[in-house]
Amino acid sequence: MSVFAGHRLTCIRGQRVVFRDLSFEVNAGGLLLLVGANGSGKTSLLRLMAGLLAPAAGVICWDGDDVRRDAETFRGVMRYVGHLDAVKPALTVAEHLRFWAALQIAPGSPAQPEVTTALEAFGIAHLAELPGRFLSAGQRRRLALARLLLVPARLWLLDEPRTALDTAAVARLDAAIADHRRTGGVVVLSSHAGERPPEATVLNLDDFAAAATEAWGWREAW
Amino acid sequence: MARGVVSATLAVIRRDLRLAFRHGSDSLGAVVFFVLAVVLFPFGVGPGQEVLARIAPGVIWVAALLAAMLSLERLFQTDFEDGSLELLVLSPLPLSLLVVAKVLAHWLTTGVPLLLASPVLAVLLGLPTEGFGLLLAALALGTPSLSLVGAVGAALVLGARRGGVLVSLLVLPLYIPILIFGVAAVDAAITGVAARPPILLLAGFLAAALALAPWAAAAALREAVA
Repeated sequence: MSVFAGHRLTCIRGQRVVFRDLSFEVNAGGLLLLVGANGSGKTSLLRLMAGLLAPAAGVICWDGDDVRRDAETFRGVMRYVGHLDAVKPALTVAEHLRFWAALQIAPGSPAQPEVTTALEAFGIAHLAELPGRFLSAGQRRRLALARLLLVPARLWLLDEPRTALDTAAVARLDAAIADHRRTGGVVVLSSHAGERPPEATVLNLDDFAAAATEAWGWREAW
Repeated sequence: MARGVVSATLAVIRRDLRLAFRHGSDSLGAVVFFVLAVVLFPFGVGPGQEVLARIAPGVIWVAALLAAMLSLERLFQTDFEDGSLELLVLSPLPLSLLVVAKVLAHWLTTGVPLLLASPVLAVLLGLPTEGFGLLLAALALGTPSLSLVGAVGAALVLGARRGGVLVSLLVLPLYIPILIFGVAAVDAAITGVAARPPILLLAGFLAAALALAPWAAAAALREAVA
């Protein structure tokens, strides 16, 4: 049975139907790769999955239950890395991670977050005491990704995680994703580059685009 | 779980305090504005002792109101811009508790400095000494309400251009009851009337704001990140 699934999802942004009747399924250890042209709705779908957006129609299920019914529990098993890195200029790298770890209060979280492990996994352990304002774009990205490893979570939602990363960091990210999948974790990843991770299910958002002329009726209604 | 909620709330407060202290000029800005605005009044209305003493409670309260409002922008705006707000909304911590934590940190870094500066300004304006205690009590009850009500306005204008103007239009009308009863409490003490009713009303306003504002601000934040 699939762990994470969406059924007949429709997303409306502004007055435009971004995609309609989109369904997906991911099993434990699976990776769902979102591809599609710019503006095809990769980010919207990830935000829908994370619960930042509400679908105009359709449901998203985790372990067979609608995620919107028990949103707080779902947020405990999910990590989202979006386009913005959420790095504060005045806080050090280690302070960022300690703060984000303290927010993860789902039952079963370990008492001691793995700050050092998370930093080492992305090769930024030597920057631990550096304030955010001195980090480069790639280092900020590594810090944002290090959040994934702080407190284990089963579902990772990654929106173009390779942006600004160098090849060494991409290799570290791929290793982290492979590790996560090996322990039964689920990854949803959006990408516009031509990468194809092993055994990924590919979801092409262009297949679900609504016709551009199709208006979301209320402009006419006025 | 319950202990986790408390420690996560404390973590949010600690983080916001740390950020406020490291960007010292931001929180200092509100109290500097407060002092300067009050100090200007003797120049404007003349040094006449009776006039100044008469208007002192109102001047101090209006300046406190405006200073609190100026500092509201900081409350959610930077978190909204750098993406932290999305992650805070997505954390398992209930959003209304998050609002309470952020408002508490905001009050500690802007409301409390206003409170500490107000006796000095009261002396400057020649406020009768009977009024001092109640001025402090009224500000102690009123400034947390200012932060709470302001949080709703600050959350509503996230993402809007010229948010500062909009937030004052939204929030200032709601500040009027706090202003009226805050000044009434001090006036009552000076004129010898019972100060209990206005103080109780301020406390009631704070209780209502504490119950309603975090919930309303949480709804606005959820809308802002969508």
